Amino acid sequence: MERLFFLIFASVAVVSALCVVLFRNPVRSALALMLCLLQVACVFVLLRSPFLAVVQVFVYVGAVMVLFLFVVMILDIRQAELEAFFPPRNRWLMYAIIPVITFEFLLVILGTSFEGFGPGAGGETKVEVIGRALFTEYLLPFEVVSVLLLVAMVGAIVMAKKRWD
Amino acid sequence: MIFGLRDVMAVIPEAIVAGAACLLLLVDFLIAKKRKIIVAALSIAAVAAAAFFSLYLVGTDVMWKKVFAGMFVVDGFSTFFKFVLYLATVLSMMLSFHYVKEEDINTGEYYTLMLFSLSGMMIAASASDLLSIYVAVELMSIPVYVLVGFLQKDARSNEAAMKYVILGAFSSGVLLYGISFIYGITGTTELSAVAGALADPSMHTPALSIAIIMLVAGFGFKIAGVPFHMWAPDAYEGAPTPITGFMSAGPKAAACAAVLRVFTEGLQPAYSRWVVIVAIVAVLSLVYGNIVAIAQKNIKRMLAYSSIGHVGYALLGLVAGGTEGASSVMYYMAVYAFMNLGAFSIIIMMRKGEQKGEMIEDYTGLAKTRGGMALLMLIFMFSLAGLPPTAGFIGKFYIFMALIHKGMVGLAVIAVLMSAVGAYFYIRIVMLMYMKDPVNPVETASSRGLYYALAIAAAGTILLGVYPGYFIKLAQMAGGSL
Amino acid sequence: MISRTVRRKDMVPITWYIALGSVLFMIGVSGVLLRKNIIIMLMGVELMLNSVNINLAAFSYYLKDLRGQVFAVFTITVAAAEVAVALGILIALVRSRGVFSADKIDTLKG
Repeated sequence: MERLFFLIFASVAVVSALCVVLFRNPVRSALALMLCLLQVACVFVLLRSPFLAVVQVFVYVGAVMVLFLFVVMILDIRQAELEAFFPPRNRWLMYAIIPVITFEFLLVILGTSFEGFGPGAGGETKVEVIGRALFTEYLLPFEVVSVLLLVAMVGAIVMAKKRWD
Repeated sequence: MIFGLRDVMAVIPEAIVAGAACLLLLVDFLIAKKRKIIVAALSIAAVAAAAFFSLYLVGTDVMWKKVFAGMFVVDGFSTFFKFVLYLATVLSMMLSFHYVKEEDINTGEYYTLMLFSLSGMMIAASASDLLSIYVAVELMSIPVYVLVGFLQKDARSNEAAMKYVILGAFSSGVLLYGISFIYGITGTTELSAVAGALADPSMHTPALSIAIIMLVAGFGFKIAGVPFHMWAPDAYEGAPTPITGFMSAGPKAAACAAVLRVFTEGLQPAYSRWVVIVAIVAVLSLVYGNIVAIAQKNIKRMLAYSSIGHVGYALLGLVAGGTEGASSVMYYMAVYAFMNLGAFSIIIMMRKGEQKGEMIEDYTGLAKTRGGMALLMLIFMFSLAGLPPTAGFIGKFYIFMALIHKGMVGLAVIAVLMSAVGAYFYIRIVMLMYMKDPVNPVETASSRGLYYALAIAAAGTILLGVYPGYFIKLAQMAGGSL
Repeated sequence: MISRTVRRKDMVPITWYIALGSVLFMIGVSGVLLRKNIIIMLMGVELMLNSVNINLAAFSYYLKDLRGQVFAVFTITVAAAEVAVALGILIALVRSRGVFSADKIDTLKG
């Protein structure tokens, strides 16, 4: 059963991820991304990480995606473009390279035994355990990230605020 | 797990900088727009206080021991880098006094964001776990994304910030992918434990190679090594000039510190796996940076390519490895901070009123009209080119020696050849200043901050070139701790 | 209850998860490198970070180690902060150009 569920989630995730990068309209891409992120949240459940799944839904699907859609739709900047990082004349190179690299990755990964990795079944991790870890072992990165969030807030305001006429 | 006084003591300098930045966000509201220089002065005071505490920690038993569950360490290596970072930040702030008024971006956030970035850089220099390195590098980069786009009126600045933030986030993704593999292979992210796990040769699977390639690519983006450099020329050209100087001296040095620590501490047992990849990136950076710089007309863009070339030298130090290699990179980063910020302060001096002063031809005949300025520019250009008796020469020489001692003569020869190519475009500017007659009258800015910054940069460039002994010894002592 | 004893035969091998991660990662990479639309580039970055989180969670589960999960929490947080700043910059960019149609943004070249 678990394998079946994984295959369902994974295939939907891959198809919707492809939709994200292939759709012309960014609003559709955003919706496809939302679907993809929900599938990833389901994968987290399979990995017995319910806390991560919940955070994924709250932060990504809830906050980040709403921010995306908000900016895209309210400001109508769905067509804002930048020069592509790979100029169109070298495009064919990337079209050739990316599948090859993906294939190589898969080859290496499926060929690696990841020895010493017993089949998990360690049971799900309680939120309490994660909370305790965040405030003890991971206190320093936790504080750094809290400063980082403040910086991001200040930065977003500085950038989005109109300082001149 | 309970934290003691030692853990708190170890992060006092970082806490001072981050705390001061938070406070200054509030203080900023009380200060009129004309007097924002007060925020700058307070920021510099905070950096000075942090520097004082860093110095104080050197003698205490806080040093050398990992704190915060292996996340952070105060050692000679990190302390040396922190002083380079303090210097880069203070000099960039001094360069900004005049510039922010000229460009009408005179806000308090400008300085507080620099402080936040500094706190991230300091943690990146001290972090000894891939997790703390990652969050520190992010804390260092995000304020810089905003600072690059600070010239709201200038479309170039906004576009540069956009490219920088996209590629910055992209590189974080690549870096994280590598980190996730390191975690999967070794079961930990703490660098010395990673090294312990990798000591077992059965760990050296193809998956480890993927991890290493991803780490090199991710860090390569952060330090702008070829072929991961494409954001650098645009970001350097579009950013406010003091921020360009700041980016090339501060975050780059901090990222180099993180790279050194990850590769020489964490991945040392896999040296034979990463050394070739790093050497390729180093050589490509040297060749590409020095050759493409020749064709540039904009001096900020030229210095961007030159900084790509300088990353090549720094990576060669990493390739050489050992205490000598590490300390040669450290010395080079200190030298680079002085000479590069010196060159940028001259560029900022040329920015006045309508005159942008960003084109190389603007410097034609400068010696006739502004003799002192031209002389200082000559010193910085000679140093960047690596000519004796300036600091740039000693820095390069030390890296070449480290390479030769390791028997990597071929790499040393390429590096010498490329610095000869590089000398061409630095000396071209000197020729323009001294051999030609001025075309247009130049105006120059006068600001006390600029003069102090110039004096410090010039003094450092000459001092580190003429009396390198003491500083090299410092770098060796500090590098030995890695 | 989500967790119950699973028969070994039915376990999903860890390589499957990592393979899913690598496919999503490469899709994200191609989105950033090949598309011109800024919003879609940013979404490509989100895909990459999600694939990293799958890796971290999978390793965490199979190693019976908490570190990977905690790392993933940090990744999500930092990614959210990055997106906020990136969208702020996008707003400033659009405003400075007055781009509301399909204008190309390329003053920086060389």
